Amino acid sequence: MVAAARTTHSFKDRVLEILSHVPDPEIPCVSVVDLGIVRDVKADAVIITPTYTGCPATLAIEADIRAALDKAGLSALKIETVLTPPWSTDWISAEGREKLRAYGIAPPVKTAVQCPRCGSAHTEELSRFGSTPCKSLHRCLDCREPFDRFKCH
Amino acid sequence: MSPETQRFHHAIRLGDDALILGQRLSEWCGHAPMLEVDLSLANIGLDLIGQATHFLGVAGEAEDKGRDADALAFRRDVLDFKNCLLVEQPNGDFAQTIARQFLFSNWQELLLHEVSAAPDPALSAIAQKAVKEVAYHCRFANEWTVRMGDGTEESRTRMIAGLDWMWRFVDELFDPKDGAPSLRSEWDSRIAKVLTQAGLERPKPRRGAKGGRDGHHSEHLGHLLTEMQFLQRAYPDAKW
Repeated sequence: MVAAARTTHSFKDRVLEILSHVPDPEIPCVSVVDLGIVRDVKADAVIITPTYTGCPATLAIEADIRAALDKAGLSALKIETVLTPPWSTDWISAEGREKLRAYGIAPPVKTAVQCPRCGSAHTEELSRFGSTPCKSLHRCLDCREPFDRFKCH
Repeated sequence: MSPETQRFHHAIRLGDDALILGQRLSEWCGHAPMLEVDLSLANIGLDLIGQATHFLGVAGEAEDKGRDADALAFRRDVLDFKNCLLVEQPNGDFAQTIARQFLFSNWQELLLHEVSAAPDPALSAIAQKAVKEVAYHCRFANEWTVRMGDGTEESRTRMIAGLDWMWRFVDELFDPKDGAPSLRSEWDSRIAKVLTQAGLERPKPRRGAKGGRDGHHSEHLGHLLTEMQFLQRAYPDAKW
């Protein structure tokens, strides 16, 4: 029992390690694990969840995960999509948030939106809808740079 | 009507509303008054088409005749669509589009909260996800309603005309037969709050147009479908 549990645990870690190298197709600085798209790894399946229902990247993400699993010799692992609980930006890892900021996208925070370039909280929203469903468009009022922000969702 | 048939009809209504409005909004792509609005309308359309894919998927399963979401979207004729008349109305000018979105999104958000709490696990899962997206649609439509109503004489005139055009399709949303009558009072108070902020009056009551839920549509839906379904009808099962 103990040995089996340990094996399962390391198997999950191994799969997560593989998937942590699968970038999001739209925001390649972060992986599908960083974004919380990968919800769980079971003995026979990887459980994923879409960010927004209409996100066109959903199909590409599944194909990329499939390719990464096949390359690692894990073709037997299925990919299952679940909708509940609905994806939330709370699931983006601390590491993922830092990667977003370094990439120039303000990570989702419930407090004042900070400019990812100069750090100023003196910013304004230009559009609630940005270049992808998950982002909105902002401008820094200090350094004047426009920037994307990952919407709190 | 068997429970599965009921479930099919319920999912079809939810899916068709989202699909037809999503297709309508996509007509704005590249034509909106400014870039930010273009992005917004396209994103809202995308959310709705995503929701439609899920709802029509459930409808296909409930029907159990081998039709998936794509088959239901692209291979049905106009009489088989069960969307409300509101969503098929033409875009008109930007104010008319916003009027439609304002009336619809505020209703859809209330409806999806209900579906989220209902016992059907598959429909509830879709609704829980969709309702988070629709909250954004409401904010967008409410803000533009205020901005145009409380804007220039021109924008105000257009906003009034847009609401006037769309208002006769409101009653259908709350029809006791297959609508959601229990949502009316909350919807009324939401709408009233925004109209007050916009300095606009509630349009005068008029005889509501109904029939979308029975497949009796305005002439506009057929034209929309000819464009949306052209490829699958000309080249069935086309892949790329």
